[in-house]
Amino acid sequence: MNAGDQKDGAFEYLTTRKDELVGWARKFSLFPYPFVTACCAMEFMSVSSTMYDTDRFGAALPRFSPRQSDLLMVVGTITHKQAPVLRRVYEQMCEPKWVMAFGVCATSGGFYQNYAALQGIDKIIPVDVYIPGCPPRPESVIDGIMQLQEKIAGSSHPIVSDRF
Amino acid sequence: MTVRNTSDNLPNPVRPAFDTPSTEDGVIVNIGPSHPATHGTLQIIAELNGERVVRADVHCGYLHRGFEKECEAHTWHTLIPFVDRLNYCSALINNFAYCDAVETLMDVEITPRTRYLRTLLSEYSRIADHMTCIAASVMELGAMTAFLYLMTIRDWIYEHLADLTGARVTYSYGRIGGLAHDLPEGWLERLEEILDEYEEYIGRIHGLMDRNRIFIDRTRDVGVISTEQAVHWGFTGPILRSTGAARDLRRDTPYLAYSELDFEVPVGINGDNYDRYYVRMREMDESVHMIRQLMHMLPKGPINVDDRRCTFPEKHRVYTEIESLINHFKLVIDGPQVPAGEVYRAHEAANGELGFYLVSDGTGTPHRVHVRAPSFVHMGGLHKLLEGYQLADVVSTFGTMNMIGGECDR
Amino acid sequence: MSADLLERLRARLVDEGREAAFAHGLLAVQIPREALLDTAKLLKEGFGFDLFLDVTAVDWPDRDPRFDVVYHFYSTRDHVRVRLKTAVTGTDPVVDTLVPLFGAAAYMERECHEMLGIGFRGNDDLRPILLYEGFEGHPLRKDYPKEREQPLVRYRE
Ligand code: SF4
Repeated sequence: MNAGDQKDGAFEYLTTRKDELVGWARKFSLFPYPFVTACCAMEFMSVSSTMYDTDRFGAALPRFSPRQSDLLMVVGTITHKQAPVLRRVYEQMCEPKWVMAFGVCATSGGFYQNYAALQGIDKIIPVDVYIPGCPPRPESVIDGIMQLQEKIAGSSHPIVSDRF
Repeated sequence: MTVRNTSDNLPNPVRPAFDTPSTEDGVIVNIGPSHPATHGTLQIIAELNGERVVRADVHCGYLHRGFEKECEAHTWHTLIPFVDRLNYCSALINNFAYCDAVETLMDVEITPRTRYLRTLLSEYSRIADHMTCIAASVMELGAMTAFLYLMTIRDWIYEHLADLTGARVTYSYGRIGGLAHDLPEGWLERLEEILDEYEEYIGRIHGLMDRNRIFIDRTRDVGVISTEQAVHWGFTGPILRSTGAARDLRRDTPYLAYSELDFEVPVGINGDNYDRYYVRMREMDESVHMIRQLMHMLPKGPINVDDRRCTFPEKHRVYTEIESLINHFKLVIDGPQVPAGEVYRAHEAANGELGFYLVSDGTGTPHRVHVRAPSFVHMGGLHKLLEGYQLADVVSTFGTMNMIGGECDR
Repeated sequence: MSADLLERLRARLVDEGREAAFAHGLLAVQIPREALLDTAKLLKEGFGFDLFLDVTAVDWPDRDPRFDVVYHFYSTRDHVRVRLKTAVTGTDPVVDTLVPLFGAAAYMERECHEMLGIGFRGNDDLRPILLYEGFEGHPLRKDYPKEREQPLVRYRE
């Protein structure tokens, strides 16, 4: 984005690409859906409250309805019993949507290698960012959010379709 | 071509106990498992008549991660991290209860310092656990300020425990026959600071909640259970105490150093949600009182027992002596050799009686590990607390039950 | 006084021809499975063991009878515990349900049923509780491989 011709501290005009503008807007207005199941939830609570405060990154207001959110945070172990629920929530979210695997259980099943645990949520839904740790420290979660924001800013955002 | 799953052909993992309403104007609603108030792991299928819950069918198991099967594939030592993740709000209590059970089976007596330290850390974890429970349950009723206050102080506790153990939530700090290591320098001084801060913050919570009209309306006389019914449904811990029964394992069957401590067992009167909230608040005060006593009682001395069956030899000896090297190798590869037999040991965890039933066949791997998890038992009687109340009361009742997925579903 | 109670209980059970011994702080009793309901009733009504703690089973694949079904009870008045143990065979792993005596048994019997395949005569609500509909086998039996998964959702290609 380039700001042009600054007079008296105000922008006269702004040149940018549509993708960059939309990406910039989208990356700071993430509405997370916390799909919270297990121990990682303890850290999720910390991340979203006073000490670490993800609000600073524009990703604070959790929406508990998949229709209103665009970031699916899968926090904790997903078991085979839970898998259909997760899949359904994912399908109910509107595009554009991103998925974050929070903790090693969501990433790969973690140290639960048995009949009950799903060996990574990417077996059933696509994932954009993986955060390692059991549970991850809040700092690494914030790092993950920032990486996701970079990814959002850098990808193309086809909002104008043929119909317009 | 492979067929993709869509919402329409996703299977339903549970079978409800009823699928038609019992009366003409009844409705059946499904709450959870992915619902902000059910901790993501519980499903309640309720039949409503108007706003009133007539029948409720509670399904858990969405977090069943095969803990007990996993134990049978690990040595007695290496399953300690799994034990952490049962009740992840107070992982240390789980650690110590498990270690205590194994030690009973091996007939190992822990050193005095470890005994006091374990007591202290159990109480410290209990504070963190009760805080999480109260924070979550009042937030679900809309009390965001109280939530943020409690989270702030809980974060200090977490960071403080991370100084000691290296992890914020899942500590793996207990060892069979002792602890991972001793307290770092300055830890007790910081503990004192945190306890002082705790008092100030908890005063604010009392001010915000205790006489709050909305809070009282939503919790008083909601989810009431009598002592007799509570015992019938196997309730223990703060839920049983809220009904007026002063039953606490710390006093009834003292373990660790509890018999030497001076503390009260707070009880409620009505067994409703408000009492459960208040019992937890009072229990935290008692825990602080106990920690203060323990800080002065803490003796000096070793933390691990001198027993080659379970304690790892010191590192420098592993590098210089062949016996220690072999001992270390054996403990890591085969695990501690626990004599054949079975044992049931219970500790008063934050939620109630946490029992470990262990069966050993004389090798380094457990034959069977079974956990008597308080949350699971509480979920078995949850419907009794929901039926007859409003649908909106499900949230407040469930919040004060403090169901912890990892422990409930294992 | 509590030791007294356990001693009385032990004497009473031994009189009836049961094996009962103290082990690691509780009284462990071995009973035939026909006697389960009566013994549980005796514990509850005669000796005040009002809190049902736990039921589970242990699988001994090389032994006949193959399973041990294990119960724990606690007395909230006297603060003592009792363990009841009964052996059942692999071909007919059924015991009587204790739900009429203790409400808490309902959930735990469901768990024991799905995890180890123990049947509970008289309990007609043995739907899966920790596992899901359509799960085949009993994962806590020793012959169930730990890593055999039964996914409900088709994996992505
Ligand atoms: S990654 Fe670790 S902390 Fe997170 S849900 Fe899994 S086991 Fe629990």
